[in-house]
This record gives sequence, structure tokens and C-alpha cells, in this order.
Amino acid sequence: MKRTGPLALVFHTLVTIFMLAPLAIVCLVAFTPENTLSIPWGLSADAYSLRWFKAAFEHSDLMQSFWNSLGVAFFAATVSVALAIPAGIAIARHEFPGRQALNGLLLSPLIVPHLVLGVAMLRLFALLGARGSSLWLTLAHVVIVTPYALRLVVAALSGLDRSAEQAALSLGASHATVFRRITLPLMLPGITGGWMLAFINSFDEVTMSIFITSPQTVTLPVRMYMIATESIDPMMAAVSALIVAATAIAMIVLDRLYGLDKILVGQH
Amino acid sequence: MKIAGRGVPFALSAPALALFALMVLLPLAMTTLLSFQQYDQERGVQSGFTLASYALVLGDSYYYEIFFRTGWVAALTTLLCVLIGAPEAYILSRMGRPWRSIFLLVILAPLLVSVVVRAFGWSLLLGPNGLVNQLFEAIGIGRLKMLYTPTAVIVALVHVMLPFMVIPVWTSLQKLDPMVESAALSLNASPWTVMRRIVLPQITPGLLSGSLIVFGLSASALAIPGLLGGRRLKMVATLIYDEYLHELNWPLGATIALALLVINLAIMLSYNAVLEGSYAKRMGRS
Repeated sequence: MKRTGPLALVFHTLVTIFMLAPLAIVCLVAFTPENTLSIPWGLSADAYSLRWFKAAFEHSDLMQSFWNSLGVAFFAATVSVALAIPAGIAIARHEFPGRQALNGLLLSPLIVPHLVLGVAMLRLFALLGARGSSLWLTLAHVVIVTPYALRLVVAALSGLDRSAEQAALSLGASHATVFRRITLPLMLPGITGGWMLAFINSFDEVTMSIFITSPQTVTLPVRMYMIATESIDPMMAAVSALIVAATAIAMIVLDRLYGLDKILVGQH
Repeated sequence: MKIAGRGVPFALSAPALALFALMVLLPLAMTTLLSFQQYDQERGVQSGFTLASYALVLGDSYYYEIFFRTGWVAALTTLLCVLIGAPEAYILSRMGRPWRSIFLLVILAPLLVSVVVRAFGWSLLLGPNGLVNQLFEAIGIGRLKMLYTPTAVIVALVHVMLPFMVIPVWTSLQKLDPMVESAALSLNASPWTVMRRIVLPQITPGLLSGSLIVFGLSASALAIPGLLGGRRLKMVATLIYDEYLHELNWPLGATIALALLVINLAIMLSYNAVLEGSYAKRMGRS
């Protein structure tokens, strides 16, 4: 650390503690052997316990919600990438009337509050009789994660060296072959990063989902929200700790694949 | 891929466009219509046109109070994010090689953890027997009631929103050549002058766009006030939630949701206008 004064260092340390404290505390409390939310303390093995992790895995509603979330996030991320690739090509490589409007519409879920999207979709689903449908819930998630996929696809396309494509075309390759053999492989890091970011955002989404899930389709964050508003026991900490751990693993993978700072900073 | 033909971009974007028309534009239009419909305690939503929900929201101080509370909570959150996020981004940008990316990740990573988990973490920290109260007692301040007060909501909102401030400020700092600062210092400018005349103008666009995002997201946040504000501390988002899912007065909920959307968009557009105005001024001067 060069040119960083002691005052700046203290400030930076406090900010770091502030950012990590709530995540660290849930991970600690998750290992409590008590019935209450307490921080386990001591060096002996019986000061810590895995009983709340066991309780979480035996909680059938919670597990059902976990599988719901996993399914919704997987399909939402996949569909959003499938939509974002052609739309991203249109936006990054073509000039056409309405290009800005299209871009604005596809990025609008970043600006329109998820709360407003939630109540709007609740109205649509109520009229369609689609409340409780996993398919419609997944489509709603596709809408809110498409901006993330689109941004990374457009970024991948604009950073792409086009000479390889031109060389292949001049050697007689068809457009389809060029796309399949050259453009798509070169876009792959962006597509993978976009898929993962879309998956994480869908998996975490709570504000919109709260309005449009039914008892059968409740996703994990919504279930956790419902449990937390009623009673708080260390099982919530165990589930939270598992989510923190899974997110940390996903982050490391994303970082190796693409550079996490690039993905996150590129968001804005 | 240089494909001729005007239909190509439309064909490429048609699937995404169709989905967004069906699931963003249509529902928003339907919600607007819903806000003009009559609600009856016994019979539910009725057809027909009425401004009753608008009259109720505009005529009752109860709703003003909730909008006002949401406004100042979001504004204070934004201010705190500026005061913490801007210096932190500056410190990060001046760190050496390995540390810079490590700590950038530490600051940004919570962005990827579900907001419910983070709210839960803060409820553990700020509870009556939480770590923060134990610390307060140890240093002699005594225990404070923080959970289910605006304090808890603001602390957790700052935690959730800080990355959205650090990112744009960090991005605008990347464009600042450190040699400019060194040059100013070598020409006898005080560090304070360098900060005010060189760094601050550079990060102003980042601060503005960060404030915009933070204010918009804080004003419409549901999970944080829902979990840390409790039932009594109503905010606009929790009010909409109650109208839709508990009171079942959808027209009233739609009216409040639209008000939230319009206020959000208005602030964003005016911010954009200010931002473009200040750019134009600077361009004109140089």
C-alpha cells in the first residue's frame, strides 16, 4: 500500500469490517449448539455444533424452496442468455431505428423498481390465472436478469477483434460457420459470465418474487423472508451461512473465468 | 457479420422484445388502469373509472408521512453512501497491486449475497443482545434500541447500497491520471486544493450517478424495512406490500406503486439533466 496515510488505513479497515460483519456473524451463529441466537465460543469441540445445518436440511418447506430457486435460476439464466445473444448482436453490430429504445427497454428492469415489476406482474398473472405457475415465475425472472446477460454479451461483442471473422469470410466460410466457429467461441467468456451473474441475481431475487410466488413455487429468499418475519432461530443462520459459502465459491469461479471486478464494475 | 437486410436486427431482437412487451409494458399499463378502478371492501375490485385511490393518497396525511419517512431514509442513506463510498473508492484506487483487487472484491462481494441474508446478519448484530450492543455496553454507552427503528434500516441500507456508490466513483477515478495530482502538488498546491480542484471534479459524475442509483434502490427497498423496520415503521414499499397482500386493496396499492415509480423516474431524469448541464458548462468553459 503506497501513499496511504494512517488515517485512510483506519477508515478503510472500518469500512471493510462494516462490509464483512453481517456475513461473518451469520456464519458464526450457524454453528451454535444452543437453541437461541448466540455466538459459539471456546476451543472445545462441543462449543460448536452442526445441529442447525441438520435442521435446515430436514426442513421440508425450506428444501422445497431451495429446489424451486435452483430450477427457476437455472432456466431463467439459460433463457435470458439465449435471448441476450441475438438481441446483443442486434444492439452491438447493427444500426437500426429504435436501437436506443430497444436497449433502454431491455435494461429497464435495472431502473424500474423490482417492487413495481412485482405488483405489475401479479396483476398480469391474476388475469391470466398464472399464479402458482413455475413457467410464468421463471419468465418473470428472465425479465429481471436479462439486463445482466445483455450487458456482458454486448461488452464481449464490442471488445472482440473482428479480423478473424473477416479472414474466415474472405476464405469462403459461410456466415453461419463464422458465427459458430469464431464469433460464438470468442464471446464465450462473456456469455458464461453473463449466465452466472444472471443465475446469482435470479437465485437472490426476493422483492419481485414475494408478489408472484404461490405456496408451491416459493423460492428460497422468499421462504427465508417469510420465516424471518415470524420467528428467528439459528436455522436461519445455518441457511444463510450455506448461501454465503455457495456465493463465495461462485465468486471464485467467476473471478477465475472472467475477472469479478470486471463483471461487477462493468455493471454500471 | 455484415448481413444486409433491414429486417435482421428486428428478427434478432424479436424474442426479447416480445417477452418484455408482454411482461414489462403490458403489466405496467394494466397496473395504471387498475389504479383507476374502484375498490369495495366486500366485493373487491370493481370495473369502472374513478380517482378514489388518488384522492385517498393525496388527501390523507398518513400517506404523506410514509412518503416523507421513505424520502428522508433514502436521502440519509444516499448521503452516508457518498461520505463512506467516495473516500473508500479513492483509498482503493491508490492501493498497490494485489491489495487493490482483493479489497475491491471485499467491498463489492456482498452485492452477490441475498439481501435477506444481509438483513438477517444485521438483525443479529443490532438486536438487544447483539454484538453492537455488547460493544456499546463495554465502552460505557449502554444498550440502545436499534432493531425496528430507522437506525437499523439505514445501517442495513447503507451496507446494501455502498457497492453501488463505490463502483461509479471507482470507474471515474480510473480515468484520473495520477500525474495530474503529482504535478499540482509539485507546483505547491496543498493536498486540500488538489482534492477540491482535481479529484472532486473528476468524481462528480460518478457521485451523481451513484447517488441516483442508491436513492432509487433505497426508496423502493422492501426486504430491509420489512425485516429490520418491523410492522410499525412503515415505508412506501412495505405499505404497497400490505395493500396488495394483506388488505387486498389492489387499486390503492397500484396507485402508491405508480407514485413510487413516477417519483423514481422523475428524480433520475432530473439528475440526468443536471449532469448533462454541468458537462455542457465545463465543455463550454474549456
